[in-house]
Amino acid sequence: MNCTEFLAKLTDYFDGQIDPDLLAEVKQHLCSCHHCEVVVDTTRKTIDIYRGHEHYDLPDDVATRLRSAIMERCKCGCDETKAAKTPEPTKSRH
Amino acid sequence: MAAPTSIADDLLDTPESPAPDAPHPDLALVARAKAGDTAAFEQLVKQYERQIFRTALHITQNREDAEDITQDVFFKAFQKLDQFQGNSKFSTWLVRIAVNESLMRLRKRKTQRTVSMDQDVETEEGAIPRDFAEWRPNPEQNYSQAELAEILRKTIAGLPPGFRTVFTLRDIENLSTEETAEALGLSVPAVKSRLLRARLQLRERLSRYFRKGSEGTAEAMRLNK
Repeated sequence: MNCTEFLAKLTDYFDGQIDPDLLAEVKQHLCSCHHCEVVVDTTRKTIDIYRGHEHYDLPDDVATRLRSAIMERCKCGCDETKAAKTPEPTKSRH
Repeated sequence: MAAPTSIADDLLDTPESPAPDAPHPDLALVARAKAGDTAAFEQLVKQYERQIFRTALHITQNREDAEDITQDVFFKAFQKLDQFQGNSKFSTWLVRIAVNESLMRLRKRKTQRTVSMDQDVETEEGAIPRDFAEWRPNPEQNYSQAELAEILRKTIAGLPPGFRTVFTLRDIENLSTEETAEALGLSVPAVKSRLLRARLQLRERLSRYFRKGSEGTAEAMRLNK
């Protein structure tokens, strides 16, 4: 297995969706190729760092406000709540 | 360096996974909601509002848009509950609505350009690794929480929407590859291809901050602005 063939299997390798024979080839390649070993290690760290950090939190008070607005719209079956909240629908948000 | 191991175990066990073969608990809530029980629907909103908000925010990169989209997603889901047949998870169905709403919002914002799951995915950037520097141990600890949050936000925001969305659903929201494909209307091979390139592009960009021998934290951030 060369580096290009290894790269083609990287997603399956990370996701544990690789058959045992191919897995042995992948591991053998990793033992002999430092560059690919670094790519695996740092890609795994990339995923772990993103998964370990809640960088887009929804504060409780905002969640409660949103839920109330959603349920109000659902109960009346219309867009009145949203229309009341955003009287200027064409306003730019850039 | 530690021997490579699969991370599949982390990815497969999601907190919401019911026992194998057992009906997903959401189905009972959906049935009650279809029968007019708004409290059951409110429970579903409570369960998934954060996931839908995060998904919308990752795609649009705009909190106000994400709040509006979260409202619209649940309102549309409520109106179209009869169309949900239970062939997929309810959460996957919601995510698909959220992705569509978010992409529509991006299209409105960028009127000169078409925004879709296919936008910019033909780029070759990141398809082949170029940076082979090892990272420092626990590299994120060299930054304050605020600095790290800014690095992660800026790095993922730089991905094309098609890559950013796949990475968000698969690696942050823990959807399976099949669920991600279903939510995005893509084939499984297309998801795998985009996921690989998204992961490699993020790795390459984060390496500027986390590699061994990089400058001090403030200096690294200054150089990469």
